[in-house]
Amino acid sequence: MKRQKPRLLLTTSPFIKSREDTAFMMWQVNYALLPVVLASIYFFGISAILIMLVSIIGVVVPEWMYSKRKGTPVNTVRDGSALVTALLFALTLPPGIPLWMAFVGALVAVLLGKLIFGGLGYNPFNPALVGRAFLQAAFPVAMTTWSPYGNLSNFFEIRGANFAIPFLKAKVDAVTMATPLAQLKFDHQLTRLSDLLLGSTAGSLGETPAILILLAGVYLALRKVINWRIPVGIFLSVYLTALVLHWLHPERVPDPVFHLFAGGLMLGAVFMATDPVTSPITQRGVWIFSAGIGFLVVIIRVYGGLPEGVMYAILLMNALTPLINQVAQPPIYGMRRKEAREKKRNAS
Amino acid sequence: MDTKQTTSMDEFLKGLWKENPVFVQVLGMCPTLAVTNSVINSVVMGIATTFVLVMSNFFVSLFRKLIPKQVRIASYIMIIATFVTVAEYIIQAVSLEVHKSLGAFISLIVVNCIILGRAEAFASKNTIGKSVMDALGMGAGFTFALLSLGVVRELLGNGTFAGIPVFGKGFEPWTIMILPGGAFFVLGAWLLFFNYLKQRAEKKEKVLV
Amino acid sequence: MSSTPQMPIPQEKEVTSTRMILTMAAIGLLAGFLIVFTYRTTLPIIEKNRQEYLERAIFEVLPDATTKKVFIVTPDGKLEPTTDIHTKAPKVYAGYNAEGKLVGIALEARGQGFQDVISLIYGYDPYKQAIIGMKVLESKETPGLGSKIETDPEFLANFKALDVTITPEGKIVHPIELVKKGKKTHDWQIEAITGATISSRAVTNILRKSTEKALPIILKNLEVLENSGTATSKTTG
Repeated sequence: MKRQKPRLLLTTSPFIKSREDTAFMMWQVNYALLPVVLASIYFFGISAILIMLVSIIGVVVPEWMYSKRKGTPVNTVRDGSALVTALLFALTLPPGIPLWMAFVGALVAVLLGKLIFGGLGYNPFNPALVGRAFLQAAFPVAMTTWSPYGNLSNFFEIRGANFAIPFLKAKVDAVTMATPLAQLKFDHQLTRLSDLLLGSTAGSLGETPAILILLAGVYLALRKVINWRIPVGIFLSVYLTALVLHWLHPERVPDPVFHLFAGGLMLGAVFMATDPVTSPITQRGVWIFSAGIGFLVVIIRVYGGLPEGVMYAILLMNALTPLINQVAQPPIYGMRRKEAREKKRNAS
Repeated sequence: MDTKQTTSMDEFLKGLWKENPVFVQVLGMCPTLAVTNSVINSVVMGIATTFVLVMSNFFVSLFRKLIPKQVRIASYIMIIATFVTVAEYIIQAVSLEVHKSLGAFISLIVVNCIILGRAEAFASKNTIGKSVMDALGMGAGFTFALLSLGVVRELLGNGTFAGIPVFGKGFEPWTIMILPGGAFFVLGAWLLFFNYLKQRAEKKEKVLV
Repeated sequence: MSSTPQMPIPQEKEVTSTRMILTMAAIGLLAGFLIVFTYRTTLPIIEKNRQEYLERAIFEVLPDATTKKVFIVTPDGKLEPTTDIHTKAPKVYAGYNAEGKLVGIALEARGQGFQDVISLIYGYDPYKQAIIGMKVLESKETPGLGSKIETDPEFLANFKALDVTITPEGKIVHPIELVKKGKKTHDWQIEAITGATISSRAVTNILRKSTEKALPIILKNLEVLENSGTATSKTTG
């Protein structure tokens, strides 16, 4: 079923081609993830490398087999989207997770999150988050056991229970450390802002160095790979929601800035909510989408049973994306807003 | 309608496989998803449903010439509800703990569309013998389907089979499997598997023809 | 044109509403008979099952008891023996050993859990001033997480000697409190189950509220309970 290249290309405008195809965008995201990946290797040493390797195998191998079976002209692994999913998925995991769980989660991410819907471009939910949500529901204890962060000096130390035998409980009684959000929720302790910015806190592989993620986001936005409105909208919405709640119960909700830099918000806002497949297509829709995520994140963090809510907030808004796309249609070019609305009403 | 004669054995077998209420007709999803978190629950639910199916099919078939068309659905529901109530008392008498773990889902057998469906589609048009065989087949097929889900969910979600540990003490349970979400995953996987089998069988048939 | 002969539409037999009502009534009657019959046959068995379930729970939370007596709490705060198991009044189960000595009191308590009401029974030893056993009777907590309050041996070990020392004025010196796993330092603390903090807290709250209310009444009426025991040479259910 190979498509032959036509000898003469007859098309309508536009004629200027840019490099901005899927592969270009996805590889840009991969490059932007590189500093985050390096930082997590710095903080969590060999465990971080192992988890990422297992995730890449778990995501890329099924994608490769699927592509082969389906007979797509170019293997879809090469467009880099599978690697993005694998790395993002790995970055959401705690450093001490058994590797077999990471592998199961990676399989779920790519099979149930992406391939079952028909591959890239058809998935309603962010695949990396689907994998993580599955693990969170399946192994709640392993997914909330956080090893302390380190530095290069204990690079070769295995954190937690990476080598637990498949299907068996982790026997190691590893040293654990609460994440800033858990400390706030259960012990009412506030982590210093400088620690949050530099990533010297416990947490998932990728939720630590807030500043690096922010810089990566700026790079991607400048390259127009991601829509800058999504992270900006989320930050604004988180800030405003937290501000209102902080004013309502000052003893329970800390300064809104804390909520911006704690937990997985940075990673989620820059790399996950911006997934072009699962976010709305219109600019108005994007504002609704990001406002919803920010609001839900703070509500879940403050009122929910779990300390962190970025994953569920993004997944929920992913589910709403088709609806947002429908209500946030821009008026047809040349038509005034009122006319457009009337026309829509008549049509329906 | 049917030109070829069907034996009562055929009526039994079709419910088990070819017209399996869960995997082929995709009926009775509420109990299929809700109570299959353990083998015991699946079996009890399957047996209770089979009991109600057999009794209601028997009585619907028995009264099929007496019940006026206009009130047939109401009459069927009354018959079904009676036997559901009877089943509920019997389960309570046999084991209070099983009754507790199934909870409201026993009463909800009333609205299981398999039962009303068989009464309307089969028992109201067929003889008592055939109707009972049909009910037994559908009941067995339903139980088989519940068990397929229950075994996987209990094995992964709890590491046990009917309460007996299978993997030993160190097993890490997949909590999601005994939560409602797990039911959807397992049901989806089974549907995928049975459809794959069906497609393969159809392909073979075509080749033979 | 006064009377056009009504041509019956070629149809099945005309069904009158009387016939419909009669059919429904007949089926209803049969159904009623069947249900009443089953109810009457199974009721004694179900009652027996319920009693046995409760009894097993009582002897589980009062390991030294061999017989029990049921008391009800009267509105003016006294305890009266009763044989009426269907009474709505709050009940207290006193457990006695073979010599007829009071070994503990089992109390039922309930309260809001994570998903639905949790109802439990606990054993209280008035001489040790401690809770000596706890069993969850009914709960709908998340399977695999919250449901561990019923099965987790480490959690249940919290209730083998949980201090509820009470002052003569009827105030509990140290109200029961929940601490994180591995942080238990006092006898009145309960260690939470990792990953099921909310359900653990629910059990703690139920026990704290129940002990604050019930223990003063029991201590006031301890003599009534002590004197009601009868020595039995043989264990009777």
